[in-house]
Amino acid sequence: MDRMLYVAMTGAKETMRAQTVNNHNLANVSTTGFRADLAAFQSRAVDGSGYASRVYATNGTVGFDKNSGAMLSTGRDLDVAVNGDGWIAVQGPDGKEAYTRAGDLKVDPTGQLMTATGQPVLSDGGAPINIPPYTSIFFARDGSISVVAQGQTPDTTATVGRIKLVNPPDGQIERGDDGLFRMKDGSTAASDATVKLDSGVLESSNVNTAEAMVHMIELARQFEMQVKAIRTAEENGSAASQLLRI
Amino acid sequence: MNPALWAAKTGLDAQQTRLAVTSNNLANVSTSGFKKGRAVFEDLLYQNVRQVGGSTSQDTEAPSGVHLGTGVRVVATEKLYTQGGLSQTDNALDVAVEGRGFFQIQLPDGTNAYTRDGSFQLSAQGQLVTSSGYTVNPGITIPEGSQSVTIGRDGVVSVRLAGQGTPVQVGQLQLTDFINPAGLQPLGENLLAETVASGPAQTGTPGQNGLGLTTQGSVEGSNVNVVEELVNMIETQRAYEMNSKAISTADQMLEYVNNQL
Repeated sequence: MDRMLYVAMTGAKETMRAQTVNNHNLANVSTTGFRADLAAFQSRAVDGSGYASRVYATNGTVGFDKNSGAMLSTGRDLDVAVNGDGWIAVQGPDGKEAYTRAGDLKVDPTGQLMTATGQPVLSDGGAPINIPPYTSIFFARDGSISVVAQGQTPDTTATVGRIKLVNPPDGQIERGDDGLFRMKDGSTAASDATVKLDSGVLESSNVNTAEAMVHMIELARQFEMQVKAIRTAEENGSAASQLLRI
Repeated sequence: MNPALWAAKTGLDAQQTRLAVTSNNLANVSTSGFKKGRAVFEDLLYQNVRQVGGSTSQDTEAPSGVHLGTGVRVVATEKLYTQGGLSQTDNALDVAVEGRGFFQIQLPDGTNAYTRDGSFQLSAQGQLVTSSGYTVNPGITIPEGSQSVTIGRDGVVSVRLAGQGTPVQVGQLQLTDFINPAGLQPLGENLLAETVASGPAQTGTPGQNGLGLTTQGSVEGSNVNVVEELVNMIETQRAYEMNSKAISTADQMLEYVNNQL
C-alpha cells in the first residue's frame, strides 16, 4: 500500500510544480520579450526488492520556447526588437555579459543606453554604449546607432556605436535565476551580423495563451487522477484493516 | 502556501496596474500636453529547485534542472515623450512646443517644475501664468493697454501698445530639456519635476541646441492613441481573466485534495 501511495504522491506533487511553471507563463503574458518556460515530466524507476512497478515522476525545466512573440508597433524611437532569431547583449547585475529580447531601451542621466530593467546595453566591443545629448536617434537594422547631436542640423548624423547582437546555436543559451539569458558554458557569444533589429516596435511575450489554458486544464485533471489514486490507496488500506477486524 | 497560486496572483497584480495606467491615459485623452504612460513588466526571480548538471551518479549528470518562475512584477510606469498633435486655437497666449523641450514653471514654493502644456493665461498683474496660476519662469509681464501679443518661433514675446506703431519686446520664453525625459516625476496639474534619473535641466532659447520651436495660437494635444489604449484594455482584461482562471484552477486542485483525502 505505502509504495503505491508514494508513487501517486510524487505524481500529484510534480503536477502541481508543472502548474506553477504554467501559471508563471500566464503571469508573464504582457512582459516584453518574455520567453515561455517549458516543463516536461521524466520517469525515474526505483530499483529495489520486489516487483519492479515503481516509477516516480519528476518534472524538469527543459528550456524555453524560442519562437518570436508578436511585434507591437509603439512608434517610440528607443523601442527596438530583434526580428527573427537573436539576442541583444546587456551587462548583467554580476558585470558579465547576458542576453535579452526585451528592447524597451532608455538613456540614463549619464547618457548610458539601458534596458527598462536597468541593464546597460553592450556595444560590439563589449562595453556599455554612451549616447550624447541628442535631438533624434536612429537604430539601423544591423544595430548601429546614429544620432543628430544637440545643436546640429539634421544632415549631420553621428554614429555612436553598434549594439552587440548575438545568435548562438540552440541549446547553448539558458535562462538564469534573474530572468536574463546566458551561455551555458559561461563564455560570451560572438556578434552575429545576420541578426536584424527593428526600431519603433517591441516584441510581446511569446506565451501562447490558448495553449497555456489548455495545458492548465490538462494538468488540473491529471492532478485529480493522482489524488484519486491516493484515495484508492487509502481505501485499499482501510479495507484491509476491516478484513482483519472480523 | 502554493507557488502556483502566488505566480498567478502576481499576474493579476500586474494586469491591474496596467489597467490603471491605461485608464489614466484614456482619462487624459483631451489634456493639453499630456504624455501617455506605459507599464513595464519583468519576470520575477526563478527558484532553482534542482540544479541543472547536478550529479545523478558518479558518471552521469541531470540533463535538465527545475527552475520555477515566481511570476511577474511591474518595474516602471514610464512616460512616452512622442509629439502630440497641434490643435489650432487662435488664442494669442496658447503656445505649443514643436520638438524637444518643456516650459519652465515656478511653483509657489520657489522650486521649478516643467510642462508641455502651453495654454497660458494672464494674472491680475499681467504676468504670464499656467491655468493653475503658476508663473512662467523667466517671468513675462504683458503691460496694461497692450493691443496684441505676438510670440515668435524663437519664443520672443512682443506686444503692440495702444497708440504706438512698432511692437515692443517684453521677454522671451525659454525651453528646458533633459537627457532622459522619461525620468521626470509627474506632479499632476500637467507638471513634471526634475529627478536624479532625468538628469540636470538644460535651459535654452527655442530652436537652438536641439530645442523645439514655439508655435503661437496652438496647443499640443495629448499623445494618447485611443485605439491603441482600447486594444491594450482588451488585452489586459483577457490576461486578467486568464490569470484569475489560473488561480481558481490551482484552488480547485487543492480543494479536490481536501475533499478526497
